[in-house]
Amino acid sequence: MSKVYISSVASISSQRTFDNSEFLDEIIDHDDTVLSVVDPNYKDYIPPAAARRMAKGIKMGVVASKIALQEAELENVDAIITGTGLGCTVDSEKFVSALIDNDEQYLTPTSFIQSTHNTVGGQIALGLGCKGYNFTYVHASISFESALLDAQLQLENDEASTILVGGVDESGDHTVKIHRLINHIKKEKVKSSSLFKSKTKGAVFSEGANFFVLSNSKKNGAYAELGAVATYNTLAKEDLNEALTVFLKENHLDIDDIDILVMGNNGDVAFDGWYHELSDGSFKNTPQVAFKHLCGEFYTASAFGTWLAAKMIKAQRVPEIVKLNKEATTQINTVLLYNQYRGENHSFTLLHKC
Amino acid sequence: MGDIKQELKSKIIEQLNLEDVTVDEIADNDPLFGDGLGLDSIDALELIVMLDKDYGIKLSDPKEGKKIFESIETMANYITANKTK
Repeated sequence: MSKVYISSVASISSQRTFDNSEFLDEIIDHDDTVLSVVDPNYKDYIPPAAARRMAKGIKMGVVASKIALQEAELENVDAIITGTGLGCTVDSEKFVSALIDNDEQYLTPTSFIQSTHNTVGGQIALGLGCKGYNFTYVHASISFESALLDAQLQLENDEASTILVGGVDESGDHTVKIHRLINHIKKEKVKSSSLFKSKTKGAVFSEGANFFVLSNSKKNGAYAELGAVATYNTLAKEDLNEALTVFLKENHLDIDDIDILVMGNNGDVAFDGWYHELSDGSFKNTPQVAFKHLCGEFYTASAFGTWLAAKMIKAQRVPEIVKLNKEATTQINTVLLYNQYRGENHSFTLLHKC
Repeated sequence: MGDIKQELKSKIIEQLNLEDVTVDEIADNDPLFGDGLGLDSIDALELIVMLDKDYGIKLSDPKEGKKIFESIETMANYITANKTK
């Protein structure tokens, strides 16, 4: 069975992360309930004729994939696997609104064509001329992990040698409005730097695109080895430690082997308890890191966590802004990422230094 | 007639998301498809819906579209002669 490596990374987030020569050097301390991404200059990557029909999510996905391919020095890949929780919501909202506003008359094709969940993967493939395997996973907050797992299995079994894997979600006005109504978004503005002290219900929402080139051969400049991915649709708080113990055992690891625990806390007092189960319990003495105060919450935010973990392993340093406790490590060899959203769709992702 | 032409140029730019094009850059006789503004078949569908929605004109024969959508001039002439609202 071949090993799987992260050859390159790309992140478009509510921090300035699209430039791979930087690593959270300057932090934007947002003070809001919904965050927008820091946009790269999309025109540098997408011809105007192609860009004019693309909503933001498609642009973010296409550009993130181009940045990842550039860094991997690849013109094309064997497969493209995308994860998205809500797909192209902006065009979906536009199309459905037009249906309602015009009494089901005068329907135009563009927003309908671009509204499907697999539009991003399709547009990336069209741009590259990639006729290989193209799949989009829509599994709420384990959408990205499902894509990652698919890529891992294909690479391990030599069914492909390079795969572009990514997670992308965009904010749509109506979607945000609905999430506000059902109190999934915090009522009060929260500064990024104090998100974990907020002690209120709901999350700070956002959007983003995080893409990776995965390969089954280790290239110069590779970030990390992908060890394992596991997902759970339901996992009770009291069963979390046992599930994690089993996961680590399957990968021949103990808690002491984990150099950094990366967690998807989002400051929601109703659901951060799952993370505290680990941070205050079995991983109390392990260096802990969080990321959603930087990138906000969206269904594929864990792809930003994977970006962070890969960058930390390659750089062998932990940016101050992500540290949750005072525990330190001299070497970053093994990083465990744990994520869940509203107590559902949990994932463990294991990365190793390579 | 001049007003309709200006209106059409603005509508085309807005509805087809031609971010880098201004009203002044579209000449009345510039071809809209192919070498001119570079519109394509999806844009043609958008224009057919626009004629229906904004001017009450239903194009029943798609072959008609080729002549009507040749330029802003031909579109404006057709709209002036056939609009119902």
